[in-house]
Amino acid sequence: MSSFALETSSLFKSFDSATDYVLEDLNMQVREGEFVSIVGASGCGKSTLLNLISGLDQATSGNISTSSKPTLLFQESALLPWLNALANVELPMKLNGVEKEERRAKSLELLELVNLTSSAKKMPHELSGGMRQRVAIARALAQDSRILLMDEPFAALDAITRDLLHDELSRIWRARGLTILFVTHNVREAIRLGQRVLLMSSRPGRFIEEWKVAIKEPRRMDSPEIAKMASKVTDELRREIKRHAYA
Amino acid sequence: MHDELRTLESGLDALETKPSKARDPRTALFKAFSPLIAVAFIILIWQIVVTIFDIENYILPTPSEVGSALANQWELGNLQTALTTSTSRGIQGFIVAILLATPIGLLLGLNRTLRTIFGPILLGLQQLPSVAWVPAAIIWFGLSPATIYAVILLGAIPSIANGLIAGIDQINPIYRRVSRVLGASRWQNIRHFILPASWTGYLAGLEQGWAFAWRSLMAAELIAVSPALGLGVGQLLDVGRQLGDMSLVIASILMIMVIGILVEKIFFSPIRNRTLRKRGLMVN
Repeated sequence: MSSFALETSSLFKSFDSATDYVLEDLNMQVREGEFVSIVGASGCGKSTLLNLISGLDQATSGNISTSSKPTLLFQESALLPWLNALANVELPMKLNGVEKEERRAKSLELLELVNLTSSAKKMPHELSGGMRQRVAIARALAQDSRILLMDEPFAALDAITRDLLHDELSRIWRARGLTILFVTHNVREAIRLGQRVLLMSSRPGRFIEEWKVAIKEPRRMDSPEIAKMASKVTDELRREIKRHAYA
Repeated sequence: MHDELRTLESGLDALETKPSKARDPRTALFKAFSPLIAVAFIILIWQIVVTIFDIENYILPTPSEVGSALANQWELGNLQTALTTSTSRGIQGFIVAILLATPIGLLLGLNRTLRTIFGPILLGLQQLPSVAWVPAAIIWFGLSPATIYAVILLGAIPSIANGLIAGIDQINPIYRRVSRVLGASRWQNIRHFILPASWTGYLAGLEQGWAFAWRSLMAAELIAVSPALGLGVGQLLDVGRQLGDMSLVIASILMIMVIGILVEKIFFSPIRNRTLRKRGLMVN
């Protein structure tokens, strides 16, 4: 057993032919309690990586080891429209056979954590996009998972809501000591949230650059430090995209 | 810092959610009774046509003659018997049809191979008017209730199963992924994801299945007439035909329609509206 929350070694993934790799020899190590952001252009295999780690898909070869079962959050909140907010949060515990009383109490506690106690009885369509994502976060935490994989969870939200959710996520990450792997194509967002930012290349997907984020909390998306670092990361990202221009 | 965030969040939440509107009871009342306007209109035209063209009552009786035929059958107790017999047959047959069609729909909806093999037959059965089964059923089961139930089942099962299959086909793939991420077992996946996610399609299949069950039942009662089968609305209609009593014929036809409408309005429509409203699929 390694001391990492999450570790992949020589991970390969191809969908059709055996040579056209979406992920090629991908190696990563994430410490317990670490917040790592992954940025990359569209189609670089970021989502594929999360699917492999969460077990939704199988790697062609290579190893993935995790210290506990990870859970995955999608870009769309993917709440079940036939259940209200509270029942959505309760569902993973229900599937796990947790007693009704206990799961009710724990779900209310989680809704309180994401500041949605007053919306417990609301149906998903009655909630705003940001509220739905917060319920989805509460539902993910209800799985008792220590590792959160997030696949562009805030991409569809407006800027104001996204800023708030960044603060909220940072706070929950710290309070609960979670390990978070956060995939985004928004460079500033990656820096705002992560302790480390990994840049992923496209076709084949592998990590080509890594930055430590030394900016102290509380961070703000519009701060000059983040802007300065973002332009560095963006330059690298553009160089990587240009590589594909005449290939 | 944390309090500040919570206040901000609550403010934004309040701005972004609409207060839920209470439904106006008058609208509901209007919706329930407005079809009666059409009924009154049709009765009026009917009465005018019969009067103006001086139509003989063995061809088309007046609305009041049909009304007194109904009253007459009520006094004889025939109407009550026919209504109870037919609706209880229809409901029993429909329930059995649901119990048989649901596993069939689930199996074919979830298993591609089974679908390829049996799907076309199920579609074919749905195309076939179930009245076509009546002669065969009479040969197999004689003039017994089994004949009537067989025809109901053959009429309703394909619609219900196909509705469920269509519902399963239309499930947003994201729910399958959620189901796996949340660690649902095979049975939990069916119970907590597949069935609720396909519910709107399944419900449409149930509604159509009921309509088919009811019309199959009427066809069967109309053709299979025997003292052993008792008196249903279809048999009442046939009695009218044999007696050349056009008022009774039309009265029976009206009964068949009214029961169909009532089942839809009292049973299916509230369930459908509730589902759509809950899931935010209904305008208003």
